[in-house]
Amino acid sequence: MVPLSWYVALSAVMFVTGLVGVLIRRNIVVVLLCIEIMLNAVNINFVAFSDYLHLIDGQIFVFFVITVAAAEVAIGLGIIISLFRLRESVNMDDYNLLKL
Amino acid sequence: MMPILLIPLLPLLGFLIVGIFWPYFKGKGHLIALPLVTLSWAIATVEFFKSFTAPPSLTLVYDWIRSGHLDVGISLQYDHLAAVMLFMVTTVAMLVHLYTIGYMHGDSGYDRFFAYISLFTFSMIMLVLSDNLVEMFIFWEAVGLCSYLLIVHWYERRPSWLAANKAFIMNRVGDFGFLLGIFLAYTVFGSVRFAEIFPAMGAHLHDTVNLAAAFQGSWNVPVLDVIALLLFLGAVGKSAQIPLHPWLPDAMEGPTPISALIHAATMVTAGVFMIARMNPLYNAAPFALHVVAWTGAITAIVAATIALTQPDIKKIVAYSTMSQLGYMVMVCGLGGYGAGIFHLLTHGAFKALLFLGAGSVIHSLSGEQDVFRMGGLRKYVGLTFATMLIGSLALSGIPPFAGYYSKDLILVTAYQQGPLGQMLWLIGVLTAVLTAFYSFRLLFLVFGGKERFHSEGHGHAVHPHESPLTMTIPLLVLSIATVFAGWAGEHYGILQYLSQELPLPHTGEGAGGFSENALKGLSVAGGLLGILMAWALYGKESAIPGALAKNFSFFYKVSLHKWYFDELYDAVFVRPSFAIGRLFWQELDKGVIDGIVNGVATFFRSSGGGLRRLQSGQIQNYAMAMAIGAFGLVAFYLFFNRL
Repeated sequence: MVPLSWYVALSAVMFVTGLVGVLIRRNIVVVLLCIEIMLNAVNINFVAFSDYLHLIDGQIFVFFVITVAAAEVAIGLGIIISLFRLRESVNMDDYNLLKL
Repeated sequence: MMPILLIPLLPLLGFLIVGIFWPYFKGKGHLIALPLVTLSWAIATVEFFKSFTAPPSLTLVYDWIRSGHLDVGISLQYDHLAAVMLFMVTTVAMLVHLYTIGYMHGDSGYDRFFAYISLFTFSMIMLVLSDNLVEMFIFWEAVGLCSYLLIVHWYERRPSWLAANKAFIMNRVGDFGFLLGIFLAYTVFGSVRFAEIFPAMGAHLHDTVNLAAAFQGSWNVPVLDVIALLLFLGAVGKSAQIPLHPWLPDAMEGPTPISALIHAATMVTAGVFMIARMNPLYNAAPFALHVVAWTGAITAIVAATIALTQPDIKKIVAYSTMSQLGYMVMVCGLGGYGAGIFHLLTHGAFKALLFLGAGSVIHSLSGEQDVFRMGGLRKYVGLTFATMLIGSLALSGIPPFAGYYSKDLILVTAYQQGPLGQMLWLIGVLTAVLTAFYSFRLLFLVFGGKERFHSEGHGHAVHPHESPLTMTIPLLVLSIATVFAGWAGEHYGILQYLSQELPLPHTGEGAGGFSENALKGLSVAGGLLGILMAWALYGKESAIPGALAKNFSFFYKVSLHKWYFDELYDAVFVRPSFAIGRLFWQELDKGVIDGIVNGVATFFRSSGGGLRRLQSGQIQNYAMAMAIGAFGLVAFYLFFNRL
């Protein structure tokens, strides 16, 4: 039986990998993928603790997270396409409309 | 009493119609204003003749303020004093409306002008009909406002608005006193209504007020004297008495009909009217009465000396107005209120005549006002000359013209009031000589002698022409009034008629000396002497005036520069005010206040500028900040085990 700490460690590694990817990568598609990695790290946490605590709630939450993630990807990709048409680029640095 | 309500209402209606719709009249404003004022005059005339037998009436139009003991209504108090005033005011107003048609023909502000003179007529009528001090003050201010609006009629011209501002600001000084007088009267009597103040006079005869209370001192003076003097300060401003007079000659920058209506016949006499209306108060305030008498006498003689040398035709007439107002104020100060009002009425006729005549002369020369550039106009504008001659004879007090009756009544009344009265009488006679002199100096310079208007300046030929009928008819009507008003006043006993409100003066002890007829003869002789002197100096070309000016250059300069009042006020009030204003503007406002405001703004702008660098617009920077924040929070929790 794999102990809980291994799941948590895997989850942490995946989360940090995703976070670093979000923070340092410039390609917006990669950033979106990294967000997915972060969400899945959370999912692993949920499932691991569900098993450990013998509570089914965590596994139900995972379905919600997967659903939200799917919706998010659909909207995110839509936004990216629209941004690409506007800027002809997938580079995050070109998206600086918030700046004065 | 409906008809009396109509007298002020009709000019107000004229003002509202012409004033609101003036852009649509396009030079036809008189079609509304003139008939309404004429109707108002007709009613005033009918009511005047009815007033001989009818009892005085009091109509409450509008219950305005009712708070505690304060009860202020807009009322119409129609008694004999109001009746004669209304008759004079509406007559002159109607004639000036008519005259304006010719004089202001083609002016861009023609309809606006009619709206304002109708408003003025309304305000003046209401002032005369007031039954309490507050109502009087409201319309006192309203006529001042109309005066301002009409002086500034040609608002593009710098002298116009300077003169209008001067008139308004100088009157503020007087009105401040007037307002304080009302406050004090209300404090003492608990009412502002004449009908309640006058009977209460006896109970406060010996009351005093401590003027130095604010400085913990003790300077007790009779309270009635203080009220009377404060109210008189308002009259000094409005009736152009020394020292608040310099606005009146400057007000001549306004169109001439205004000078005739407002600055000769009606508004400037409001001060005299107020004193007469408040006569129970003044009779109970002997010290104030002395001040009134002396102020009037000094104004009369000083204004007369200034008028001697002025070159501007309208200013000469303006100073003569001031001088005549001095007479009226003087005789009021001696208790001869009826004589003051009588002179006010006749003066209204002949001074309006002189002003309108002067306007006709100016009109015929296309705007020339310098008497030294006129001359020989008699054969061009014969009618104007004849009417102005009548006006000048009346002003000089030559029988049988109006001025003879009223001015001699003033001088006789003054003479009969004991030693003080006789001193003032002497000043009055001296003034009468000067008056006759400068009136005929004006006549000889304008209508006699050589034609000087071709010679210099204009470059184009000047063709003097008689004024249109709308201008000459008022002159004729006023001439007739000037011929008969004085005789009618004496023949029908105006003093007895007015004695309903204005008690006859007590004949002082030691009234001996000259008899009444001798006094009259003396002042007529004085008038003739003045005319003779004018003829000798200005009747034909002569070197005497120039020589006199050179040999008595000190007196000549004092007279020419109006006793340096303007220069004095300029140095004492105007320049220091400007200096203080500039100090506050440059140092306090620009330095301190702007410094604080701009400093606060600069602080926030520079700190904002620094913080703005954080907002790179790069989402990843924000995400980084979020991540660091989240890690920070978790770390804080882990190390300190609490949030």
